[in-house]
Amino acid sequence: MTSLPTAGPRKLGLVIDLDTCVGCHACAVACKEWNDGGAFGPLPDADPYGAEPMGVWFNRVHGYEVQGSGIGDSRLGKAEPRAARSNPESPIPNPANAMSVHFPRSCLHCETPACVTVCPTGASYKRAEDGIVLVDEDKCIGCQLCAWACPYGARELSAKRGVMQKCTLCVDRIYNETLDEADRQPACVMACPTRARHFGDLGDSDSAVSRLVAERGGYALMPELGYAPVNRYLPPRPRRDGTTAAKATVTESIDTAQMSPLLRWVDRVLSR
Amino acid sequence: MRPSFSILFFTVMSGAGYGLWMIVGVALAMFWPETSSGEFLTLLRWPGFHIYGLAAGFLLVSSGLLSSLWHLGRPARAWRAFSQWRSSWLSREGVTAIFTFAPALGIAVVVAHDAWIMRTIGDEPVVGGTLWFTATTLAILGTLLAIGSVLTVFCTGNIYACLKPVRAWHNRYVVAGYLLLGIYSGGLLAWALCTLPHGHMRGTRWLLAGVVAAALAGALLKHFYWRFIDRERESTTGVATGLGHLGTVRSFEQPHTEENYLTHEMGFRIARKHSRKLRRIVVVAGFLLPAALALLAVFVPGSWRVGAWIALVTGMTGLFVERWLFFAEARHTVMLYYGAR
Repeated sequence: MTSLPTAGPRKLGLVIDLDTCVGCHACAVACKEWNDGGAFGPLPDADPYGAEPMGVWFNRVHGYEVQGSGIGDSRLGKAEPRAARSNPESPIPNPANAMSVHFPRSCLHCETPACVTVCPTGASYKRAEDGIVLVDEDKCIGCQLCAWACPYGARELSAKRGVMQKCTLCVDRIYNETLDEADRQPACVMACPTRARHFGDLGDSDSAVSRLVAERGGYALMPELGYAPVNRYLPPRPRRDGTTAAKATVTESIDTAQMSPLLRWVDRVLSR
Repeated sequence: MRPSFSILFFTVMSGAGYGLWMIVGVALAMFWPETSSGEFLTLLRWPGFHIYGLAAGFLLVSSGLLSSLWHLGRPARAWRAFSQWRSSWLSREGVTAIFTFAPALGIAVVVAHDAWIMRTIGDEPVVGGTLWFTATTLAILGTLLAIGSVLTVFCTGNIYACLKPVRAWHNRYVVAGYLLLGIYSGGLLAWALCTLPHGHMRGTRWLLAGVVAAALAGALLKHFYWRFIDRERESTTGVATGLGHLGTVRSFEQPHTEENYLTHEMGFRIARKHSRKLRRIVVVAGFLLPAALALLAVFVPGSWRVGAWIALVTGMTGLFVERWLFFAEARHTVMLYYGAR
């Protein structure tokens, strides 16, 4: 049924720390590896070693440059800052107030996912018991309307299999009793070398992930669209205010009057 | 959004087919008050306007629906799409599309049956067998045909209008546009069918007036639609990532070196460069020229036959360009993550 179920108390999801993510793509690779052989696989690529390889990945890690005066402010989450001081069109960031943010993007397991309600076949569904959004690949006709309905790009069509595939929150790991209890986590969370990914119940305000979100000001992506994402992103911690960086680039002035005649001569020669 | 040919063909052709069925349905239903079985027998002979319309509509609707299957990753499972009509506009479209075939086939069966009886009677003025035609069956079947056609096109429009991530589709012009352009192209077709041998239909003046009105309304609607999408409120990568409060957010590294499904399907950019010229083609070829030809046909009856076919060709060409732009000009929110602006 593609009508949404009555929401249960459990909302399993991910919390992704943009401060510690280093953009190594380990989550994306671990995800691809597990799910290629997991219950929702395979994830075959078209032309994998050819000129134009193409295939489904549940996880995509973007790299962004953030350029602006707001970074040094240490007042995250406050009002919009002034426009960046440097020319935003310039390809070279001003190192004094720029930073890079690595941004893993995957299904947010929304509370009101339009990808589910637009599905004509009932292949897309949201689980009442834990809120995970899944695709029944035996029912999917590959009409791709769900991909159009998702503003977060969580769904991709498998050109090889003709069906839509998406993040399953490793539903075949997290309840898998053949794994050690410590391993019952999504593959991306297990693989992250900087522990930038956390998995848990965001419906429970006492859970570790909910506390993390409360403590760090975790936010949802584009809540204004009304899909009510469950996953949360933790914003980058404030950087130093950039004054040290600015000092390093200031041109030093030399008082030549204080130098010996030899050094004055050397300075004159080198200054030519 | 990438305009895939199967969807363009489907929406334009089945739109025209359903538009034609709306007109045929209404024309059939309008016989109702003046019951005269003799008149039915002359009007519903093969060939005749209503039969042409029924057949042409059937061809267009079926080929459009078949073409839409090409778009699917698993066409053999298409029957599953009838199940989720409670929540999905695509499913509702499937259900109404199939439902609409019922009155169309009903009319065809009745016509075939009566044609067979007539043949067995020969030219005798007395009707030997029982004809299935009555004013009431006509009115009911015609009305159902028209209602089913309107509902199907309404659902098609809503498939697009319900998609919030595509602002060019998620607005009130879209459903109105699909309905209006469906009726308009159906009108152009009806006019062309009227010029065929025995294709005469009563009230052709009304048909021409309708074509002119629909063409002008279509041109106006598209004008306002384009003005609306041109005023597109700028959203940014900063808004999409939630990092905007830190400064200007710019994508400097893509997650993948090659195209993926998302960038291929939703990162289509070719159209926007030529959109002004293409829009002018839509307005002139798609709306103004057919409207002028229809007006000419009212005042210069000699131009009626040639005008119909020229109007059909230019009008349909214009509508194909219109539908291509409808997809190609639309931007998807997900491209903000890829640095689109």
